Amino acid sequence: MNRDTAPTDWKGTVMQKRIAGRYAAERRFKLMGLGAVLLSGAFLAFLLFVMVGNGARGFTYTHVTVPIDFKAMPLTIDPARLGDADADQVIANAGLADIVAFAADEALGDGGAELISENAWKEVRSEIKADPELLNGKTVFELPASSAVDIMAKDGARGELGARVDALERDGKLGTGIHWPFFKNADATDPAVAGIWGALKGSVLTIFIAFLIAFPTGVLAALYLEEYAPKNRWTDLIEVSINNLAAVPSIIFGLLALAVFINWFGLCQASPLVGGLTLALMTMPVIVIASRNAIKSVPPSIRDAALGVGASPVQVVFHHVLPLALPGILTGTIIGMARALGETAPLLLVGMRAFIGDVPGGICSPSTVLPMQIFLWSDEVDRGFVEKTSAAIIVLLIVLLSMNAFAIYLRNKFEKRW
Amino acid sequence: MTQDDLTIADPKMKAHGVNVFYGEKQAINDVSIDVGTDLVTAFIGPSGCGKSTFLRSLNRMNDTVASARVTGQIELDGEDIYAPSMDVVQLRARVGMVFQKPNPFPKSIYDNVGYGPRIHGLAPNKADLDVIVERALVRAGLWDEVKDRLLESGTALSGGQQQRLCIARAIAVDPEVILMDEPCSALDPIATAKIEELIHELRGKYAIVIVTHNMQQAARVSQRTAFFHLGTLVEYGKTTDIFTNPKQERTKDYITGRYG
Repeated sequence: MNRDTAPTDWKGTVMQKRIAGRYAAERRFKLMGLGAVLLSGAFLAFLLFVMVGNGARGFTYTHVTVPIDFKAMPLTIDPARLGDADADQVIANAGLADIVAFAADEALGDGGAELISENAWKEVRSEIKADPELLNGKTVFELPASSAVDIMAKDGARGELGARVDALERDGKLGTGIHWPFFKNADATDPAVAGIWGALKGSVLTIFIAFLIAFPTGVLAALYLEEYAPKNRWTDLIEVSINNLAAVPSIIFGLLALAVFINWFGLCQASPLVGGLTLALMTMPVIVIASRNAIKSVPPSIRDAALGVGASPVQVVFHHVLPLALPGILTGTIIGMARALGETAPLLLVGMRAFIGDVPGGICSPSTVLPMQIFLWSDEVDRGFVEKTSAAIIVLLIVLLSMNAFAIYLRNKFEKRW
Repeated sequence: MTQDDLTIADPKMKAHGVNVFYGEKQAINDVSIDVGTDLVTAFIGPSGCGKSTFLRSLNRMNDTVASARVTGQIELDGEDIYAPSMDVVQLRARVGMVFQKPNPFPKSIYDNVGYGPRIHGLAPNKADLDVIVERALVRAGLWDEVKDRLLESGTALSGGQQQRLCIARAIAVDPEVILMDEPCSALDPIATAKIEELIHELRGKYAIVIVTHNMQQAARVSQRTAFFHLGTLVEYGKTTDIFTNPKQERTKDYITGRYG
């Protein structure tokens, strides 16, 4: 064999060093990757640990046992009126609040009324409404403790109030239970009755509106741009604009929505309708980009095949391209929606940061959303709101995780291999 | 026999002075060819000579390429296929196509074959569609292999079976012409032999145009052969003449393997 150069010395020391160096580089890279995974895992574990540790307490409450003898009280309520629509008002006017406070003083000693929540009488009221017979006898109620007592009972007692809480506990008058009002109520100034349902429903309505507008618009825009639009300067411009729109800070969308939807169109302020429209503006570019990528990844041979048997362009799109692109489109959409669900900034500007004491009735009634509720509660002075904030964060995380799980499920369900 | 006459009395498709441009670049230069009704016509030539481009202009698949432009006259049964009155969707139903790489839809075998008849409304009910699907699969020589698993995915078949499925899909809409763009280039020799056999059986029922790289294949399956080079039609004639007695020097060089 004729060679121009000396044969390569594959066994020499230089080569051995190269091999060793290559292996070392491989090991280093693997370790660095593993380190990155462990670090992010640790962050996640820490987050979950702290959140669950703090937030779990937000789902429970402390109750105080208070017996009330209605017969001995100067309470006159006509049982016939308890079925009326204004039953709440009738009971309130009869002075039930004072009676409950008096009963608490009697049962728990001086200042006993301070130990139960100032809204505790409403609990009694709903029980009377459910069973008017209660008015004829003596009943033992488990009333929600005041926020201060609740925290002492959970955190450990301190000071003068702490001594009383300890005493109550020794007497077996304290107990804990799941705090159902948290899942049923809207925001309130008293943490004992403040709930997440108003914000959760607001979030659901807002996201629903956003999805209803952003999904069809985004997918149709993507289909048009990919399948129909000619490739020229204008479509290039549109593509660049959409990419830029996806990168615009979300608060700008809030300003835009304030100017357009509220000031110009005069739509209802602070409502899921306007919030949803705002989030739709923000999410649509994300959906367009994800959908275009999904549509692009449908192999051209499938389009050829369909055109080859005489399918019209619309049939090609709806029979072949869209079904094959659907998993990608849905994944992109749900990730965009999940981002919108966690969005606060643009909704600040359309008024959704107001204190809303009622569960929203429809898409035009004032409401707030989960991340906004977290923001509002984290700002509260009352210490009872600390655990409510964590509990709200857990609710938000659960909603987000289930949305992502749904995205994965959809992708696996619709994914076809060829 | 008519197929031995070089002049085709009643051509199915007539191309006259066809030019195809991709943007500024001219891919096909002044090509005129008649495609016979009962014949298999083979297009041969080196890579990039424009034979596939010309084939795709016969059912206007080039329309999907934004920069492509076709001039000249192409007729199907005397009707200009580039005329504004021609419906391109119907044209592609009448001039079916089989592609280089088997490309079944990621659907069941039944739906693959039934798709065309369904969108063209050829089968008013399920029973009619069943008949059409079975007949197409029988004609494509695939029925015996798949009759028990019609609802399985078409993509689960082997490469050769997939290509015959694509042929069944094309003939299910009862076309007049079938264009085949190197249908065997992705297949092994056994699958190739089956496709060639199938082409023999389909001859007479459909006008068939096949593009191939494989000159033995052209010699085996076709009665007419057109040799393309650098976007021009160098020679067109009876297959036996082209391979045994080419008139042009370039044809001779190509079929004797001097370039290509």
